Amino acid sequence: MTISEYFELLFTDYTLRTITLGTAVLGAICGMLGSFAVLRKESLLGDAISHAALPGIALAFLITGAKDTNVLLIGALVSGLIGTFWIRGMTTKTHLKSDTALGLVLSLFFGFGMLLLTFIQKQPNANQAGLDKYLFGQAATLVEKDVTLMVIVTGICLFIVLLFWKEFKILLFDADYTKTLGFNTRFIDILITFFIVLAIVLGLQTVGVVLMSAMLLAPAAAARQWTNKLGVMIFLAAVFGAFSGVFGTAISASQNNLSTGPVIVLVAAVFVVFSFIFSPGRGLLFRQIRFRQNRRDLQLKKTLQFMYGIAKTHENVSHPHAIRILNNFQGFTKKTLQQLEEKDWITLSGQQWALTNEGFSEAKNLYNQQENHE
Amino acid sequence: MDGKTLAISVDDLTVAYNYKPVLWDIDLGVPEGVLMAIVGPNGAGKSTLIKAILGIIKPIAGSVTIYGKPYEKQRKLVAYVPQKGSVDWDFPTTAIDVVMMGTYGSLGWIKRPGQKQKKAALEALEKVGMLAFKNRQISQLSGGQQQRVFLARALVQNAAIYFMDEPFQGVDATTEIAIINILKELRKAGKTVVVVHHDLQTVPEYFDWVTFLNVKKIATGPVKEIFNDDNLTKTYGINYKVAVNK
Repeated sequence: MTISEYFELLFTDYTLRTITLGTAVLGAICGMLGSFAVLRKESLLGDAISHAALPGIALAFLITGAKDTNVLLIGALVSGLIGTFWIRGMTTKTHLKSDTALGLVLSLFFGFGMLLLTFIQKQPNANQAGLDKYLFGQAATLVEKDVTLMVIVTGICLFIVLLFWKEFKILLFDADYTKTLGFNTRFIDILITFFIVLAIVLGLQTVGVVLMSAMLLAPAAAARQWTNKLGVMIFLAAVFGAFSGVFGTAISASQNNLSTGPVIVLVAAVFVVFSFIFSPGRGLLFRQIRFRQNRRDLQLKKTLQFMYGIAKTHENVSHPHAIRILNNFQGFTKKTLQQLEEKDWITLSGQQWALTNEGFSEAKNLYNQQENHE
Repeated sequence: MDGKTLAISVDDLTVAYNYKPVLWDIDLGVPEGVLMAIVGPNGAGKSTLIKAILGIIKPIAGSVTIYGKPYEKQRKLVAYVPQKGSVDWDFPTTAIDVVMMGTYGSLGWIKRPGQKQKKAALEALEKVGMLAFKNRQISQLSGGQQQRVFLARALVQNAAIYFMDEPFQGVDATTEIAIINILKELRKAGKTVVVVHHDLQTVPEYFDWVTFLNVKKIATGPVKEIFNDDNLTKTYGINYKVAVNK
């Protein structure tokens, strides 16, 4: 199946449509909430939470003996929340820094989860197969019920974000100040964190414990490059996330043996790389171009300044001088002179140059900050 | 101080991080309408005192009243300018947006700022001379401009008492003069302003009230009466004048 065949099939094939819709919605909610995590400098919290969810899945299976997705996800939610709670507790109650707390919880919970998984696999129970799909995710197992749940949670999450927009924004920017205004910062904090945990848990089935944090971070990191507005950033992150989901599913469906979760994450990574290089404001490419332009501009102005130094000794500022006398000055080329002429700062005739009035006043005010600043 | 209303009254305030006390048994009365500097060496608890008064840090003992009532009931009378370095200036937002945050407290939960709030924010930006930069992404502002934006955000709150944590840190002379002029205007309008301050040289020029702090309160009162070598030496542990003139 090629990618174009995939997009044709999308409208006829029920399974494919369900999976695509699921990964798109998942990408959107992760992008949206991932923006919050990135802006709070809690990028790695997602990683810790997703790993912390693993023992919950295993325990839920051990207790109920059933492989019902919703039951397993509730287990994941509970242990994810406990993990988060521990991280917060460790950072506030001990001298440990948050990266240490994250690392500890991540490895502790993940280790315990792996222990339980291997224990389950040794059990003489035909039902146990397939729990390990939560490690790397398996989008193909998404059914309509799962997608419906994702859509509902995303809807609620969107509603909450819009409702508490102002509160989220100010808490993300300046938590202490928010407190002095009389807002219950703890409530807002818990709300954000709860939804981040929820989004992670929803994504476990599709992307898996190991790669889940990339779903949160990659779209948000890419989106940050394109805008300086919080609303636009969150919207873009959701769009990037959704596209990563759709394209990832398309690529993995059109090739044999390509697991969907990793492909989605790789597509998201492509968004990140592209944004880092090509975004106009913060991208490396345009920054380099601007840097070169500035340098050329400076060189031009330096030459102009030098000419000004010569011209101001004459009563008539436009008195012509030989180009030769510029030779001692480094940085002057034929091209510089042409560019200066294009800007109408000098006139050239034969081997002579002369400042124009505009050129004279430009040079005069060149490094006068007060006038150039605003 | 007699006959004057107390804007801020702090009783037996003690704050400790872990075991070591940062503030020890602080009693402090700040009369209405003064421009007060809190001075003291690094680690004296100056910022902590402000944060404890504002309820950002929980004290282990003591109480704070604003115009005779508990702080929680008087929040609307109080505005706060945190240290510039306490936030991430690369946050995706603009100068006017930050100033608008000053109106969030009066708006309360959920309600969004509208035209009225925007107008107030623009006025505050104009007061601090930043109107031309209203749509500038905040990371593209200089340190002094960022400080002015923070000040504008507090001005929007239209409070009776202003707490400022080192507003002159890392700003150039132009901004420092602009800020002190605004503070003096606030005092003229009958507001009370409390500033954590580091530059002892400028205390007599800028402020009319001063509190010496070094974990314990050393002294508090009018600059003219108590800003002297004795108190400086008690606070900084060195003979200030001798050390400076060496």
